[in-house]
Amino acid sequence: MSDYKHIGKDFTPPDVVGKVTGKARYAEDFRADGMVYARVYTSPMAHGRVVNIDTSALDDMPGIIGIITADDVPAVEAPGAAMLTNLPVYIGDPILAVAAEDETTAENALAAIRVDIEPLPFAVDPLDSLVEGGPDAREEGNVYVRSREGSGFRRIKWTPEQIDEFRAGREPTGEHAAEWEYGDVEQGFAAAEVIYEEPFVTVGYAHMSMEPRTAMAYWENGKCHLYASSQSQSFWMPGLARLLEIDMADIVLISENTGGGFGSKIGAYPMAALPAWFSKKIGRPVQLRITREQEYYVGSARVGFQGWMKIGFAANGRVTASDVFIVEDIGPNATGGDGSSAAGAVSLVYDPEAMRFRGLPVLTNTTPRGAQRGPGQNQIAAVMAPIMDRAARDLGIDRVEIRRINAANNATTVYEDQEPVTSAYMKEALDMGAEMFDWERRKQKPAKNGSKVRGIGIGQGYHSAGANGYDGLVRITPDGKIHLHSGVGNLGTYSYASTVRSAAEVLKCDWEDCVIHHGTTEAHLPWSSYQAGSNTSFTHQRANYVAALDAVDKLKQVAARMLGGSPDDFDIDGKRVFAVANPSRGMSYADAAAHAISLGGTFSGQEVPEDIHEVTRRSVENLAGSGLVGVAKDNLRKEGVVPGLAVAFAEIELDLETGKYQILDYVGIAECGTVVHPQGLAAQMKGGAVWGMGMAGLERHVYDPQNGLPAGVGYYQCRIPTYLDTPSEIRTGAVDLPDPQSPFGARGIGEPAMGCSVAAITSAIADALDGHVFNRTPVSADMIVNHVAGREQSFVALQTNNF
Amino acid sequence: MASFDVMPHIELYKPTELADALELADRLGPRGWLLGGGQDTYGWFKDRAKNAEAMIDLNGIEALHGIRETADGIEIGAATTLREIVRDPLLNERFAVLPAAAARVASPQIRNVGTLGGNLVQDTRCWYYRRGLACYRAGGNLCYADSPQGMNREHCVFGASRCVAVSPSDTATAMVALDATMVATSVDGERLIPAGRFFALPETHITRMTTLEPGEILTAVRLPARWAGKRFYFEKVADRDVWDFALVSIAAAFDLDGGNIGDARVVCGGVAAVPWRLREVERALRGRAPGADTGEAVAALATRGARPLNYNHFKLPLMENLVRRALREPA
Repeated sequence: MSDYKHIGKDFTPPDVVGKVTGKARYAEDFRADGMVYARVYTSPMAHGRVVNIDTSALDDMPGIIGIITADDVPAVEAPGAAMLTNLPVYIGDPILAVAAEDETTAENALAAIRVDIEPLPFAVDPLDSLVEGGPDAREEGNVYVRSREGSGFRRIKWTPEQIDEFRAGREPTGEHAAEWEYGDVEQGFAAAEVIYEEPFVTVGYAHMSMEPRTAMAYWENGKCHLYASSQSQSFWMPGLARLLEIDMADIVLISENTGGGFGSKIGAYPMAALPAWFSKKIGRPVQLRITREQEYYVGSARVGFQGWMKIGFAANGRVTASDVFIVEDIGPNATGGDGSSAAGAVSLVYDPEAMRFRGLPVLTNTTPRGAQRGPGQNQIAAVMAPIMDRAARDLGIDRVEIRRINAANNATTVYEDQEPVTSAYMKEALDMGAEMFDWERRKQKPAKNGSKVRGIGIGQGYHSAGANGYDGLVRITPDGKIHLHSGVGNLGTYSYASTVRSAAEVLKCDWEDCVIHHGTTEAHLPWSSYQAGSNTSFTHQRANYVAALDAVDKLKQVAARMLGGSPDDFDIDGKRVFAVANPSRGMSYADAAAHAISLGGTFSGQEVPEDIHEVTRRSVENLAGSGLVGVAKDNLRKEGVVPGLAVAFAEIELDLETGKYQILDYVGIAECGTVVHPQGLAAQMKGGAVWGMGMAGLERHVYDPQNGLPAGVGYYQCRIPTYLDTPSEIRTGAVDLPDPQSPFGARGIGEPAMGCSVAAITSAIADALDGHVFNRTPVSADMIVNHVAGREQSFVALQTNNF
Repeated sequence: MASFDVMPHIELYKPTELADALELADRLGPRGWLLGGGQDTYGWFKDRAKNAEAMIDLNGIEALHGIRETADGIEIGAATTLREIVRDPLLNERFAVLPAAAARVASPQIRNVGTLGGNLVQDTRCWYYRRGLACYRAGGNLCYADSPQGMNREHCVFGASRCVAVSPSDTATAMVALDATMVATSVDGERLIPAGRFFALPETHITRMTTLEPGEILTAVRLPARWAGKRFYFEKVADRDVWDFALVSIAAAFDLDGGNIGDARVVCGGVAAVPWRLREVERALRGRAPGADTGEAVAALATRGARPLNYNHFKLPLMENLVRRALREPA
């Protein structure tokens, strides 16, 4: 363990008490004078054209304030998600909103409005759209390709024979839209001792963030004040400015607490901007509350996969080649790039000597998709784990060992370009997990107990986990307080607080003297990254580190100016800056801050570095003269991919008669560099574990292909695991080896924490069933019952968005 | 289509005397709505998929609460909470299948407020019907679930008649297994209905789950001493251990006579619009000793005559397995 003062130590983030007592405020809790209540009318049709909106029933309805339709808001270019639309592309697409003096009146209005929609063809399963003569989810086409070379709609169809081949598990021969490869794939397969070809399905499912994306907005002195539910804070500003068609300087964004986002609230989304447009139209503050059902609709969902995987192993267990083809269910708005990310994860976690990826993103008239915790990486983790197990069995290699043989390490190169990694210790994570789980003993499974069989599984998770180039901002005031300005969103991980501790570490100050500023533009925040992609920990340790270094540098300069000598003669500690040669010659941080204000210029923020972002610049300008200001952009070295890695071991007891299984034990190991906040890390590992359990066995989109109706719009229908569905104890650990490109050694972990879990559970299910692989998530009780009874499954091969 | 979640304006009556509630129920008829724990009610109203002029809140009526010993068994007031049933010593001693079933209802939070009466008369969870679609059960003229590509994993395998919805109640299966008597009270007096005839198949009432008539209140259930202390079994298989409704459940009561089964009542939930008695299994069990062999011998009878839909044939092996378990597991 390190001898850091703050890094690696637990602390109580300042928002915890509010969350426990209920005093924490979320977007829905805010009110403004004269505020009205808006509700949205969403499409009852999977695809259609609005031909008439009849609001005449509202004419005599007391309490109605106004109506807003697609004609009142900026149009979004297809296939982007519209704020409001006259061309709904899924059941739940927002068409109009009504504002009223109270919510009941707003709902009465929605019930009274008549919207005539002319139906258009629709598809809820990509393969139904892909087959010749199949419907296109949008009039522009059925495929949307995003690439650096140019993005656009395509119309791609396969023959019925090609669809049948794909369903039968053979290599797809239909057209694809994206491709990359490295190494010699053919040669890799030629060198393989065993080769597996597997079709697979991972059904998409809703994010179902606990806090629906309610927002409230009003305009004051030309500025838009917006209370919203966001994952990120500063990162929202440019997107929000585009949605509102105003300058960033004219936006005040308040998001003190967020009830989960998981990838669905990374950047500003249209529903957050709608109340601002509505407020502008009617001249009243508008709260737009989203129902639970509507959160299912507009709240995003994981991309579904229908795929084919071919993978070869040498006799020694090394992966020689991998070939993966993924049809992605990208919903109607062409969001999510999960396919290529999945293949990228394969390239890192199993490190094939050669590999090829082919992808085909197909539009469907289901809910919009988006990044969901490990988008792509976690789907493929679930697919890969049982295949690794099968190879281990066939080659006579221990299941942990085959993963060690292919484990990512400091020399591993990844993705199409075979980039280096900053560091990677997957082998160490596997070893630690195997020991904590007692793998060697556990793999001698107990005999079948009545109808109950045991299964043990291993999962590996990965997501890139670090970015760079963002700004840090710290401030010391004449009262001696250290102000840590965090532009990181408060999405529930406490990273907004844990990352500023790197500044406290550099400034060698007590935590009690630190004040964190976050959650509103008015707290004067620096430009910060997206709170997504597991990057925040790595990225903002760095940004806060450089800002604190700048503050230390200024403390020394102030001391030198006031006390004589050169800044290099001085050091800091105990909230003082002092001469190394004579520690009594110095001054407190408080006095230095007062002097910094007198000196002005760069010392107190009157002048700012050239390379900082406009958001940071504005914040510093607002803070200028209030203390000693440390501000800097992270220009530290960053080369290669920053991996977040995790490993999980799980034991289940599966009842062959009911198809139900209990998770008896779960061990999750984080490999995320130095541990910064042990409790926060454990919470991430446990939360990720629970999500993985939901993906493995419970959560999925279900759509009726005849009418495009979704079956699971309610909270209980989405079947998120509860406390009573998960093990009472989830054990966690961390490798805790520093990454060289992070000042305190930390990388991120959020997404791999889930990927390892879903993989460990699918691995354990296959193990319990003597190696039977469903090649599908979720594996529900009915599938297990059918399998054990020797019955066909109810769905056709590769069908998706079904029970 | 709009999405709603605000409680609309509905009159609320909070009678404290049963007579007042009965008078209200009589006066309001189908325009009134009986309110127990509200866990089914509020969903319907907030979604605006159903409505009523007024709710009659039964929770304030003392006579509807409590678990009482009677000359011939135990009587449970309809407003008794599921939690009270789960924890009641007398029920656990004599009619353990009921607390076992009640303990698997929904979630601990819902059991704290949910009532026995509400659980018994709750409406089906067919997701199409719950969306407010105009299906047969909602007075329309089609069934979305029983259509060529309908998503009907959770629907019935027995007793379909235009509608293929299932009863969601866990305690209902226990009531039928215990041969309970349901006390339906109206201004005209009490009507005693055997549990087996209380629940309604769609061929009887396609828009209602029970044979309760407008104006009637389920005031109590009576568990007959005849079945006290017998060998019982309850199991519910659902996707999650909490909150989810049964894919299939089983409630069984075996009257053992010198080691062999005499009368048996074996009832499955989640397979029909009513708790579904496995009469062929019950007949075949007579004279056999409980145990794995007997379970094996009779299991296949459980599904005789079943007509699975596109996505629910798994309910057949699951039913058969639950019968095996009911006979195999020690009481």
